[in-house]
Amino acid sequence: MPGRNTATESPFTVGEAPFRPGDEADFGGSWKEQPGDLWRPDPIQCITMDTLPHCTGLIRVLGDDNKASGEWDPKLDAKELLRGLELMLKLRIFDERMMKMQRTGLLSFYMRSLGEEAVAIAQTMALDDNDWIFPSYRQPGAQFVRGRDMVSMICHCIGNTEDNVKGRQMPVHYSWKEGHFISISSPVGTQFSQAVGVAMASAYKGEDQTCITWLGDGTSAQGDYHYALNFASTFKPPVILNVVNNQWAISTHRNLATGGETFAMRGLAYNIPSFRVDGNDFLALYSVTKWARERARAGKGATHIEVYTYRAGAHSSSDDPVAYRPSDEEKSWPGGDPIERLKEHLYEIGAWNEEKHNQMIDRIGDEVMSAYKEACEFGDLANGPYPPASTIFTEVYEKVPWHIQEQREELGK
Amino acid sequence: MVEMNMIQSLNSALEHQLLKDENVLIFGEDVGYFGGVFRVTSGLQDKFGAHRVFDSPLAEGGIAAIAMGMGLNGLRPVAEIQFADYIFPAYDQIVNEIAKLRHRSGGEFSTPVTFRTPAGGGIKGGHHHSQSPEAQFTHTPGLKVVYCSDPYNAKGLLTSAIECNDPVIFFEPKRCYRGPFYGDPHHVPTWKGHPRGDVPEEYYSIPLEEARIVQEGEDCTVIAYGTMVHVCEEAIRKSGISCDLIDLQTLVPWDRDTVVNSVKKTGRCVIVHEAPKTSGFGAEMSASVQERCFYHLQAPIKRVTGWDTPFPHSTEWDYLPSVKRISSAIRETQED
Repeated sequence: MPGRNTATESPFTVGEAPFRPGDEADFGGSWKEQPGDLWRPDPIQCITMDTLPHCTGLIRVLGDDNKASGEWDPKLDAKELLRGLELMLKLRIFDERMMKMQRTGLLSFYMRSLGEEAVAIAQTMALDDNDWIFPSYRQPGAQFVRGRDMVSMICHCIGNTEDNVKGRQMPVHYSWKEGHFISISSPVGTQFSQAVGVAMASAYKGEDQTCITWLGDGTSAQGDYHYALNFASTFKPPVILNVVNNQWAISTHRNLATGGETFAMRGLAYNIPSFRVDGNDFLALYSVTKWARERARAGKGATHIEVYTYRAGAHSSSDDPVAYRPSDEEKSWPGGDPIERLKEHLYEIGAWNEEKHNQMIDRIGDEVMSAYKEACEFGDLANGPYPPASTIFTEVYEKVPWHIQEQREELGK
Repeated sequence: MVEMNMIQSLNSALEHQLLKDENVLIFGEDVGYFGGVFRVTSGLQDKFGAHRVFDSPLAEGGIAAIAMGMGLNGLRPVAEIQFADYIFPAYDQIVNEIAKLRHRSGGEFSTPVTFRTPAGGGIKGGHHHSQSPEAQFTHTPGLKVVYCSDPYNAKGLLTSAIECNDPVIFFEPKRCYRGPFYGDPHHVPTWKGHPRGDVPEEYYSIPLEEARIVQEGEDCTVIAYGTMVHVCEEAIRKSGISCDLIDLQTLVPWDRDTVVNSVKKTGRCVIVHEAPKTSGFGAEMSASVQERCFYHLQAPIKRVTGWDTPFPHSTEWDYLPSVKRISSAIRETQED
């Protein structure tokens, strides 16, 4: 009979979130890491271990004083910065409208990008327009960067006659070929390793396209994450692999997703240069992604990025975080709000002011409202019209095989 | 015509595809330098280079995912899963992603991936080198499922599978790579001299929705695929009954018309597969035959299958449908 091990008090470690409902969230006020702390390696010459400090530190550009500084400052002109601000605002206002639709029964489900708007917007802006995008469900914002029509997006979420995926997928599972935006998929993480295959194909064909993909801290426990890193490490295709560490996978804190110090560190073991970047710092995100794109384009392979941020909203319209975290935890997040920070920076450099900002909010609000009304004209969730029932049977295969044709005839539509 | 075993004919199909279409890439575990544990990709890396035919890390889930990505970005990947028993880490990518891509993207994206995988028993492989998991895939809309049985149809069907714009799971009965199997493990014939071992060197294809009538008879319809086609041939001979023998070849979409026409003629039906009985593809065929041929049937439909147990090692001959079991089933259909 084996004896009882009395050397430890608990049988194994179960991680815990730093704060739970009733606690006062305190992340220490502001980041101890400052812009300028970390140098910018040459994207072509860089070897993986050059990025070790970047995996334990935090790349920042926007300081607490709202000024941009350090080697990672991408030196974007005010016009580009304003474009970023506008796109982030558009995403947030769009999300608010969609959540209202969901709450009033006009959508079956919705997921916002609240607090993480910079991720999709800044990172997609740092790419070329024909680079492939393999998003998770919190990067629909990439479509705004590439100019997708909001009416088309809302029609998808409703599942009406103008839904380009023909009522086949839940809301937010956008697919947009023109934007090289591959359909979001509910089995989380599958896109990560697919993106490596896409990048290998681009490289094989000699095309100057990179592929970017994202998944969450929770999802990084999936095999697909590790497949992706290992295949990317082995074949060195032009791919940008992002772990969006927003602290929460529904109710599971990232402390239960890994025993590692940071998510970025994992990339080093795969011999992939890796960075940890402030995900609420538009400029830092843009800059790191640009670096990765430049390296990929030069045939030097993948970059692995931990985007350090906070999920300010609920996981989805079906979730209420009050049950598992302090209700105002996001207010204590040292990274603040990505839109506020870029706005304050634009104020700081004299390129923007409150009046213009409020005008922009109003204008976007009107655009979203008008898109919403137009989309509803093509059918609503309760009453339709929906895509014809025949769309159930088409595009399962290139041509409808006999057994599916028979079933369609059985339905009689 | 050249004498080929199934390994050589599959290799020939792959070579034609590599020559014909520069977007065809072949990869998987041990398929590159070494040419595959069953030698199906032997010599192809030498001929076409390491960017066309290469070894991947040992991760079926990763192999499936990169195949998916390559396929949607314009390539035509042919991935090998070394044994069908090892396809399950790739199951999510195949079932939820590859099979669904065309439909869920509203037809915007598709991925013409082919997965080749050796399946079935008869090599003393125990439960993890012997399974026949076709029904796990026939139950998945969006996939085509093919099961070859001899050198001739292996080449023609693999050609069609690779050229198909839908994803295809292509099962190769590993027991028949080097010769047909007639149910007697002590009798090990090769494909030499077998009519189906006469294979054109040149390109040809066999459509993916057609079954093959192996032999024609009057009194019973026997349906099989893979290794069981040959076991059934022997069982029919032993039974002394005049039978139609149908090699299904493609399971999705399957050639129901050929099956139904045969059963209407014979009034009797025996379905044979290696995979377990419960929810096996035989259940689908049996139900369809009943729906279409009820008033022509003169005896209950019989299924002779692997047992609903894990596939055994040293007792595999008692697991696999045997000549004795199949011929008894055929004879039972003839009783009043």
